[in-house]
Amino acid sequence: MSKNPASVNDLNSLVGRAYRHGFVTDIDADTVPPGLDESVIRLISRKKSEPQFLLDWRLRALAHWREMREPHWAQLHYPPIDYQAISYYSAPKQRTDGPKSLAEVDPKLLATYDKLGVPLHERARLAGVAVDAVFDSVSVATTFKERLAAAGVIFCPFSEAVQQHPQLVERYLGSVVPYSDNFYATLNSAVFTDGSFVYVPPGVRCPMELSTYFRINAIKTGQFERTLIIADEGSYVSYLEGCSAPQRDENQLHAAVVELVALDDAQIKYSTVQNWYPGDEQGRGGIYNFVTKRGDCRGRNSRISWTQVETGSAITWKYPSCLLRGDGAIGEFYSVATTNNYQQADTGTKMIHIGTNTRSTIISKGISAGHGQNAYRGLVKIMPNAVGARNFTQCDSLLIGKHCGAHTFPYIETRNPTATVEHEASTSRISEEQLFYCLQRGVSTEDAVNMIVSGFCRPVFKELPMEFAVEAQKLLAVSLEGAVA
Amino acid sequence: MSDARPVTAPIERNAALAADAPPVLEVRDLHVKVGGQLVLRGISLVVQAGEVHAIMGPNGSGKSTLAHVLTGRPGYEIVSGSALFEGQDLFALAPEQRARAGLFLGFQYPVEIPGVNNAYLLKAALNAARRERGLTELDAFEFLALVRAKMQLMRIDESFLGRGVNEGFSGGERKRNEILQMLVLEPKLALLDETDSGLDIDALKLVASGVNSLRAPSRSIVLVTHYQRLLDYVVPDHVHVLAHGRIVRSGDRTLALELERRGYDWVGGEAVVA
Repeated sequence: MSKNPASVNDLNSLVGRAYRHGFVTDIDADTVPPGLDESVIRLISRKKSEPQFLLDWRLRALAHWREMREPHWAQLHYPPIDYQAISYYSAPKQRTDGPKSLAEVDPKLLATYDKLGVPLHERARLAGVAVDAVFDSVSVATTFKERLAAAGVIFCPFSEAVQQHPQLVERYLGSVVPYSDNFYATLNSAVFTDGSFVYVPPGVRCPMELSTYFRINAIKTGQFERTLIIADEGSYVSYLEGCSAPQRDENQLHAAVVELVALDDAQIKYSTVQNWYPGDEQGRGGIYNFVTKRGDCRGRNSRISWTQVETGSAITWKYPSCLLRGDGAIGEFYSVATTNNYQQADTGTKMIHIGTNTRSTIISKGISAGHGQNAYRGLVKIMPNAVGARNFTQCDSLLIGKHCGAHTFPYIETRNPTATVEHEASTSRISEEQLFYCLQRGVSTEDAVNMIVSGFCRPVFKELPMEFAVEAQKLLAVSLEGAVA
Repeated sequence: MSDARPVTAPIERNAALAADAPPVLEVRDLHVKVGGQLVLRGISLVVQAGEVHAIMGPNGSGKSTLAHVLTGRPGYEIVSGSALFEGQDLFALAPEQRARAGLFLGFQYPVEIPGVNNAYLLKAALNAARRERGLTELDAFEFLALVRAKMQLMRIDESFLGRGVNEGFSGGERKRNEILQMLVLEPKLALLDETDSGLDIDALKLVASGVNSLRAPSRSIVLVTHYQRLLDYVVPDHVHVLAHGRIVRSGDRTLALELERRGYDWVGGEAVVA
């Protein structure tokens, strides 16, 4: 008969507000029929007027992919995906051949971005964010090109880079994630339609944060974007990636590839806030997110940091990794992954120490609520020549409620006796004690849970650029709504 | 009994009583089970506005249970009895509603909340109470001005605001933090659960001066304590001795002194376990 509003039952209803970005934009789309064969690849390549080397590369990838099998080693459960039922190309139909400025962009598209809160107009200038927005497969608007061009920075849709800077594309495409890398990366190599391209010349500090906003709109289209970022010697760039997708009952496949290259003394900071549609409370619908992200610290004292906040998707399969090839290179991975309802995440990183005195840091925070399943999977590999390599890994899981799960799969391979590898891991629940402490101070259950969860994630949030950190915190609160009741 | 009230101004209190206001706290024949075990076996207690009560008793006598059940901590089964807070049924309110209505618990073991800074929690707490009372919320500057003054009183360093709640705090720091929170929130009734335990004499004096600074005709304090030591500095109006889930004796402050001299065996409790 005692009143216990702070019990675990309460903890279960904080997670259920409707997905806020679940609207569909009604515009004519130029979509190829479902199915995948050579003719589709040739069609995509022709539509984009690609050079021969790229078509050849795609075709090699397709041939390779046909020999591959979908991997099933991850802690994920889902029905088979019919790859022949997916349409591999969808582009919004334009009134003209292509928008030359924002004024030419379909107002409906802009309204979509408006709902998402993408800063495309003057707000963007104030916020100092340049946005290369990818709507399904075609980039519709790129801002701040002039200012970036003045600094010598190239930031454009991938398809444009193919036309304008084919030598850079040919040199670096597939140099970090080869077309034969893995099932999803290979599929992407064959069918990718667009994405972002960044090149920062030697010694240049990119004058603003670069940002891409991805959005899957059309029904039954996979999105296969490809991002390539090259930081030349002594340069610096910070790149932000935000994602959302409309609400639909069927699942959609998203298989992206991101390749980062950092040359001598260069630094790349890559931040992601992933909020793809996670499916409903029963686990219907939602994005299948199979992503390959890898950074190559190719040069001496180069540095690549991955920061990710993963709140969306029905399934997340993602391991942003670093190849620490240059001597003294630094790799970092900061991650918050949330699973609620029936979401599943199998995410983590790989730090491959190749050069001498290479260092890596891994901070992973997994939050499971509802029936969510959250797995951390990480590999720290110290190669024979990596004298003096150091790694620190901290891997914490937070459970909310009784039906969720957290799993940790850390792999450590050391082939050099001078290496130092540290691993710390913890699993905890939001304690009744912490919750009651907050309630006793007059804070509501919902606010208390958000507070405790944000506190848990603080070491990762502080790695995000300011505006993103605020956004991430809000997103986390929304995605955990109903987790406590 | 009435000669042991050195701090409270009797005239103002009488004025409050004359207005026929209900007691701040009125507990009637409260029976509470924890894990199927009857722990409180008929507690009755009346605390008037402006009064300071001390509840003493050996370990396991039910002191902390009383503090927890009044503030709504989960895990307690109220078998029978009632508790009114300013005439309002306390058990009908959620824990956070009780807090916002002006009921404060100083925890015996304040928990760590990593990554949540002290200022953030305290500001959220203060503004939740202000909203409830129809007051405007304080912005960051107003809040800081308020909290800084209280921190000086408790000799708490500025850097404390940016640290995680109780994160890496010593026992003494945690207790001072509880008192700081109480001073900022200015509750109508503060239940301080063994706030004196584990404090050295300087920290004890500091905590006592914090508690005394809160004494006012409109505020009441219930000190739950094991030893009479704290009562040298915070002089209570009433002292109650709890044993086996019942108040076995009530009196003025001299009761605490006598208890100290004769031990809990005297009132039928178990021997004091340090």
